Amino acid sequence: MWKSRKEDEKPSSPIKPEPPAPIVPAPSSSPARSVESPKMDSYRTDNARTDVARTDVAHIGKSVIIKGELSGSEDLYLDGEVEGNIDLHDHNLVIGPNGRVRANVQAKDVVIHGKVDGNVTGADKVELKKSALLNGDITTQRIVIEDGAFFKGAIDIRKAEPNMAGSKVEIPRPAAQAASAAITSSVPAASPSAGAEKK
Amino acid sequence: MLHLPILARFPLSFFRNLFGGSAPPPAAPGECAPRIPRRSTGFHHFTNAILRPDGQTILDLGPTSSSNLQFITGLGHKAYNEDVLMAANASRLTIPGPEKDSTMVDVASFLAEDLQYEPESFDAVLMWDVCDYLPETLVKPVVERIYRITKPRGALLAFFHTRDAGPEAPYYRYHIKNEETLELQQGPHFQLQRVFQNRHVENLFHDYNSIKFFLGKENIREVLLVR
Repeated sequence: MWKSRKEDEKPSSPIKPEPPAPIVPAPSSSPARSVESPKMDSYRTDNARTDVARTDVAHIGKSVIIKGELSGSEDLYLDGEVEGNIDLHDHNLVIGPNGRVRANVQAKDVVIHGKVDGNVTGADKVELKKSALLNGDITTQRIVIEDGAFFKGAIDIRKAEPNMAGSKVEIPRPAAQAASAAITSSVPAASPSAGAEKK
Repeated sequence: MLHLPILARFPLSFFRNLFGGSAPPPAAPGECAPRIPRRSTGFHHFTNAILRPDGQTILDLGPTSSSNLQFITGLGHKAYNEDVLMAANASRLTIPGPEKDSTMVDVASFLAEDLQYEPESFDAVLMWDVCDYLPETLVKPVVERIYRITKPRGALLAFFHTRDAGPEAPYYRYHIKNEETLELQQGPHFQLQRVFQNRHVENLFHDYNSIKFFLGKENIREVLLVR
């Protein structure tokens, strides 16, 4: 009679690679914010983790200061300080709650939690979270502004030009319908009211 | 020198009991305040003034509101936003006043950093009730600056309280729902500074070509001006 060996009863579990943990910024005084979109918005403002995966998104921490041109060919989470110019072409940019940017910004999708002094161009979308402070002009196809966000500047909604190189040409909708779909508002689940100094 | 008289002060509750007001309730802590719709004749006339042509530049002087930006850009216009009250109450503008332990607003610094636009930049301006809440020394300079940056025949919509509700009167943000409806949402705490009489409004905007008054709800006068 075969007597199974203990080591045979339980096949050794294969070593599974741990799923990439979300990149979590250092703790800040701001409350946790709602996660809205996958991948780029899987950042929480609670205690930072040490097992940060950097396979999908480049990360600039809050202690990093950069002066000059910042460009790249991958998505970027920026929680530090940048002075100069940021150009990510067809990639996404998230400016974290500790982010302080004094630069013009160009990216595909731009999500702002922190402070930006400069013009922002989002080829697809620009999103201002409730802690966002933006002093500059916005040029984009779509914009999402949470209650509580501070914005000073102009908004220029520009629709994507049709690609004439053999692809499907999008039939433009009437201006009123198209532009009204370009801006959406979102109300976070719990948001402290933005307030002036009390007298 | 423009003198702004202080009318008799009555608590807001007095007028609510008398007229049965239905002001939006304050928000619970941690939640956004609810929005209550209000039909606005003044805003309806303002919308008619900016309907055509496309491509106008509209300045919103209230807090950032995606509803307002959506409405303006939906009409095919370019929207500008500048929260004048937030800027006017910034701590960086507070300087020592003439009397001991008093403070005042640095008007020169405000005008150097805020409402900085080329002359005749805007086809229309949404001023809301900013004048009722601005510090005293900023009222006239802000109105003059707005006149300067508004194009000839440009429209200006401003709201003024008709009763002195006192310092407890809540401040409301105005969100645009459609071409004749606004939504009031209780906003950050700004103290009502004054109540204008009609003739004071006319004096304040004496440079404008035309002025029309409309009576709104919640004791608000809506004033549409054309430069």
